[in-house]
Amino acid sequence: MSLNPEYLKEERNQEWRAELRSKTKNKDRALIERVHMPELAPEIRVKYQDREVNMGLQLEQAQKEATRCMDCANPTCIEGCPVSINIPKFVKYIEKGEILKAAATLKETNALPAVCGRVCPQEKQCEAKCFYVEKMSKNSVAIGHLERFAADFERDSGTSNIPETAKPNGIKVATVGSGPASLSFAGDMVKYGYDVTVFEALHEIGGVLKYGIPEFRLPNSIVDFELDNLKKMGVKFETNYIVGRTSSFDDLKEEGYKGFFIGSGAGLPRFMDIPGENSNGILSSNEYLTRVNLMGAATDATDTPVLKGKNVAVIGGGNTAMDSVRTALRLGADRAMIIYRRSEEEMPARIEEVKHAKEEGVEFMMLCNPLEYYADAKGRVKGMRLNRMGLGEPDASGRRRPMPIEGSEFELDVDLVVVAVGVSPNPLVPTCLPDLKITRWGTIVVDEDKMQSSISEMFAGGDIVRGGATVILAMGDGRRAAENMNNFLQKQSIN
Amino acid sequence: MNKIIEKEYFSDKVVKLVVENPLIAKSRKPGNFVILRVGEDGERFPLTIAGADPVKGTITLVVQIMGVSSSKLVALEVGDSITDLVGPLGKPTHISKIGTVLAAGGGVGVAPLLPIVEAFKQAGNRVITVIAARNQDLIILEDEMRKWSDEVVVMTDDGSYGRKGLVTLGMEEIIQREKIDECIVIGPAIMMKFASLLTKKYAIPTQASLNSIMVDGTGMCGACRVSVGGKTRFTCVDGPEFDAHQVDFDEMLMRLGGYSQEEKQANERYLLKL
Repeated sequence: MSLNPEYLKEERNQEWRAELRSKTKNKDRALIERVHMPELAPEIRVKYQDREVNMGLQLEQAQKEATRCMDCANPTCIEGCPVSINIPKFVKYIEKGEILKAAATLKETNALPAVCGRVCPQEKQCEAKCFYVEKMSKNSVAIGHLERFAADFERDSGTSNIPETAKPNGIKVATVGSGPASLSFAGDMVKYGYDVTVFEALHEIGGVLKYGIPEFRLPNSIVDFELDNLKKMGVKFETNYIVGRTSSFDDLKEEGYKGFFIGSGAGLPRFMDIPGENSNGILSSNEYLTRVNLMGAATDATDTPVLKGKNVAVIGGGNTAMDSVRTALRLGADRAMIIYRRSEEEMPARIEEVKHAKEEGVEFMMLCNPLEYYADAKGRVKGMRLNRMGLGEPDASGRRRPMPIEGSEFELDVDLVVVAVGVSPNPLVPTCLPDLKITRWGTIVVDEDKMQSSISEMFAGGDIVRGGATVILAMGDGRRAAENMNNFLQKQSIN
Repeated sequence: MNKIIEKEYFSDKVVKLVVENPLIAKSRKPGNFVILRVGEDGERFPLTIAGADPVKGTITLVVQIMGVSSSKLVALEVGDSITDLVGPLGKPTHISKIGTVLAAGGGVGVAPLLPIVEAFKQAGNRVITVIAARNQDLIILEDEMRKWSDEVVVMTDDGSYGRKGLVTLGMEEIIQREKIDECIVIGPAIMMKFASLLTKKYAIPTQASLNSIMVDGTGMCGACRVSVGGKTRFTCVDGPEFDAHQVDFDEMLMRLGGYSQEEKQANERYLLKL
């Protein structure tokens, strides 16, 4: 979904933008070095599960960074944004010092700017499309840092600007799940004037933003603030409610719901199916992170326990693996290890997360693959056997295929293992809908442009469609689904 | 929502709660469970539903005090509300007319067995029920079971009530007496293990409802994984009922002890606070 080029041009031609452009020569803008995100020192931050690593920019830093942006006539950065934020507009508002207007710009298309400013892989999206990267081989404008700055500034100012919503049209729509896809959908639908209810199975709203991403990367209070904005816009939230189970889709249709967005996520953790994997002390990253992030198991003040290990192995190389291994360090591990079957180059984790993990003392055991786990007499894992891998020809993912090296087996002492090798779609919702078309992997089949499923009033997006992706891609799906469900329901009400 | 309407002590440690939740009361089926949380610091834990009244909009839960969470639940009085209650979860019991069903329940496992017994009876089966506990005080729901069973056999470990002996003794006598087409067992893991070994000997298809450790109960965490026929399954979404002869009960027993240290410490902290 892209912004109308005419609209972008019109906005760019506004007097204040033109004035800013003429104020500083592009040559001088390009001389400014990219800002560094201030960080909490590694030796301090590893002691706190709930203290954010990135501390955010100061006003002067942000304005200087915003000055680097040349306000290009053809802003390719927007093409890299799955929710089509008008990036030059918000960045230029920061340069001008009108931070609240920058924040309002973000909210035109993004329901969760403070979240995206923290967890989006901007280096692969907007920043990868920045003029500095594409044409000058320089570091991009730090769009992500600036997004976070504007959103945080607004929150700290205590003056939260609530986006305008259309006159209520009285049409009820529901989301199944309350993760980023659903929230983004809800934000757009409420703007269109719909009566939106977000249904969540857990006792907290936010999905993976709450149970998955640790507080040191995304504080829960930040998520709650963004949820509050949605509430103020009129979105309703129902926790402890599993659509399809607590009530059926038909029950909800009878209550007047005309459209459904399924964003139930890729809940089911994958395991490797190797001997000893069901030993105690071997758990999925979902379980480990849910206990700590959602249930607060890191402190004795809550009832939920979490196993603490001295020698912790985390299997996998994605962001969830990084979140898990860094959590293990914060819960007192002496050795916290990433075990990954490919090399660092192929790791799907964000570069920033890998950097932070290394600074904190995480050991990276690359090109190693678990074969078997050993348990003690009580069934608790005490060691594992692995082999070393070499890299062969590229596989279907385009990455070089890891191949076991014969005779390379070795053993490792571990007392806690977190398996972070991916997730499968949650079957809970699809199994309630026999007519819903799903793939052999269990993901919901949708028309890619419209996000519409085989049942016309049901749209879907995020991991339940993609199988495993990022917060921002899920949010892009939510927006697309909202636009198309709006068209669909408007057509229906005319007929 | 989730208000406690009725509370009855079956014994010192076993309590029946009737809880208001009209949606679950309407949608639950025999074999389903719910996840509960008591208080903002509480943990999520599963309980199999022991009955429901869709007209009154209530569900019945039977809980045995084991640790912190069950203690907190039992500490709630009539009029109090359970902080969080979600369901119905898990696949319902497969109920059909198959002939004679032998239902065996141990301890509080008798509670979730009750709606299953009722459903099998209403489907036109002959139902024989064996309920067992350590002693007379711990025998629960005997009258309700009699209402829906053709025959009820009560077993106690110490012989204080009914017949003396383990649940398997009562089961075996019935199996030797008449043809049993299907068996369903619910109770402590160790009881289900031996009940399952018994029915395997006689090649009677047997379902067991597993009480694994869970966090979310919706397939997300994998804490409840169990080996069934050599394959890892999730109790919450693939179960909670499985072909008992395929379940690796030894692994299940081992996994149930996975947090015993942490649970013990938490319980000590809880008791200190009281």
